[in-house]
Amino acid sequence: MSPYARRRLVNTTVLTLSFAATAIGLIWLAAILWTLLQNGITAIDFDFFTQDTPGSGGDGGGLRNAIFGSLIMTALGTVVGAPIGILAGTFLAEFGRGNPLAPAVRFINDILLSAPSIIVGVFVYEAMVLRMGHYSAWAGSVALAIIVIPVVIRTTENMLNLVPGSLREAAYALGTPKWQVIVFITYRAAMQGMLTGVLLAVARVAGETAPLLFTVVNNQFWQGVAMDAQMANLPVVIFQFAMSPDHNWQRLAWGGALIITFAILILNISARLLANLRGFSK
Amino acid sequence: MVDAVIGKSGIGTRQNSLDVVFRAATFFFAILVLVILFGIVVALIDGALPALKQFGWAFIVDSSWDPVKQIFGAFPAIYGTLITSFIAMLIGIPLAFGIAIFITELCPPWLKRPIGTLIELLAAIPSIIYGIWGLFVFAPMLQTYVQPFLSDTLGEVPLIGFLFQGPPLGVGMLTAGIILSIMVLPFITSVMRDVFETVPTVLKESAYGIGATTFEVVWNIVLPYTRTGVIGGIMLGLGRALGETMAVTFVIGNAHQFMTSLLAPGTTISATLANEFSEADTPMYLSVMFALGLILSVITLLVLAAAKFMLIRMERQGGT
Repeated sequence: MSPYARRRLVNTTVLTLSFAATAIGLIWLAAILWTLLQNGITAIDFDFFTQDTPGSGGDGGGLRNAIFGSLIMTALGTVVGAPIGILAGTFLAEFGRGNPLAPAVRFINDILLSAPSIIVGVFVYEAMVLRMGHYSAWAGSVALAIIVIPVVIRTTENMLNLVPGSLREAAYALGTPKWQVIVFITYRAAMQGMLTGVLLAVARVAGETAPLLFTVVNNQFWQGVAMDAQMANLPVVIFQFAMSPDHNWQRLAWGGALIITFAILILNISARLLANLRGFSK
Repeated sequence: MVDAVIGKSGIGTRQNSLDVVFRAATFFFAILVLVILFGIVVALIDGALPALKQFGWAFIVDSSWDPVKQIFGAFPAIYGTLITSFIAMLIGIPLAFGIAIFITELCPPWLKRPIGTLIELLAAIPSIIYGIWGLFVFAPMLQTYVQPFLSDTLGEVPLIGFLFQGPPLGVGMLTAGIILSIMVLPFITSVMRDVFETVPTVLKESAYGIGATTFEVVWNIVLPYTRTGVIGGIMLGLGRALGETMAVTFVIGNAHQFMTSLLAPGTTISATLANEFSEADTPMYLSVMFALGLILSVITLLVLAAAKFMLIRMERQGGT
């Protein structure tokens, strides 16, 4: 074989393999979504949203308490974590220049962003559950907030950095104080991007299981908003039900898996669309 | 008149103090990030001390696990963590590299974005979904079609045969490693894609100009130029794989034993924590859990710090 033909062959082989790699990734995504639809859709009916988790060996039942618990804790985690993340991100983007702490915060934040979420669970267990003496939805929400913060910091800083300096300078020239420039000019210009970050953070924590396993644990019953007690939540219910031999439980686990995944995918895609919208308007 | 002047200066000072307050608030929450990491490390060390005092360094190399007799060794969990992550990297790196080449060099421009987004959506799917899918769909598939084949072929090969022996159980370290490889794929791919895009077009065009093939351009121009960033992306994926919890807990089999075969069930640090933390009913058992958490944190934080360091270096290089 001539060197030229050999080079051509190597090239074609590698490019074919790279095409195959892409196909594998896409097929895998499709396979997971397909399995979820196939197994989950039959579990979803009226009872699914209106009844609470059944006991072992029972029939029927639903995930009302778990869905509600997940909504509450995700909302609380976001409401606490997002403002903290936005303010810290503001520091990095607007006040950080020349401050030796800013690079350190940025570095540590990026590490926290990828740190194992189960470690956050262990930390909250030591910091809150041990001290309070019992598992609680408060502890679970704090664990989720700790996961929200780094995501929001990262996107907030990036989005604020995209706002053109001339916009800020124009406001300063009118004698506007710095905090007003940031809140009324910079935030406003970066609003969509920052919202994207918050949505992505919600999508990230909505499916988190590990940090809830030993902070809120689970609850078979409807407790309303009793935050100081164990609370039902979708991820832990899915975990426990899927791992059990009980067929009714497994059925509900698939239903839960289906709605949580599609909720997260919808959140994720809308966050991306929102970010694109900004790109077009610029 | 006087009132107006006083009023004005009043507004001025109020705005000044609001500025100070606002700045202080942002500073406070930025520092909170450092406090959180510091708090995590302190809490883990504090909780782990009794176990570390009791077992010493032997904790890391000991394989016994007997909650009744209160004897614990972390070796099987550490081994499982490293082996599953290694398998994940072995499969994930070439796949991610292939996808990054496809997106940056092959794909028609209008398809770049959709394919990139779809691959990134793999990262949006919660870990627990990979677990439930792995346990009910992927593990049975491996058990029926792949594992018997592996133990019949590779299992008979001298030197590496011991890695593929034993009954096909479906769940085990190989299964966990493969699932992990798909989970880290989007993280490695997106870094590779980003750094590949930073290669100056002039460099690539010069290579094409002297007749290089697409593969030669990628291998001899793009890869050397982006080496630091690529390694950073790989380390980032590795950090994810090491700490991944729920997916692994579903498919690893949760056995505290040291088995050389990849088909055998095992455990990882994170899976042990997920399964046993709330069952740890004695102070020593609980302290062992903290010690495992501490070991996991040290490993992942070092890997992630190295990744971040490399990516920062890449960014600086790209800037010049």
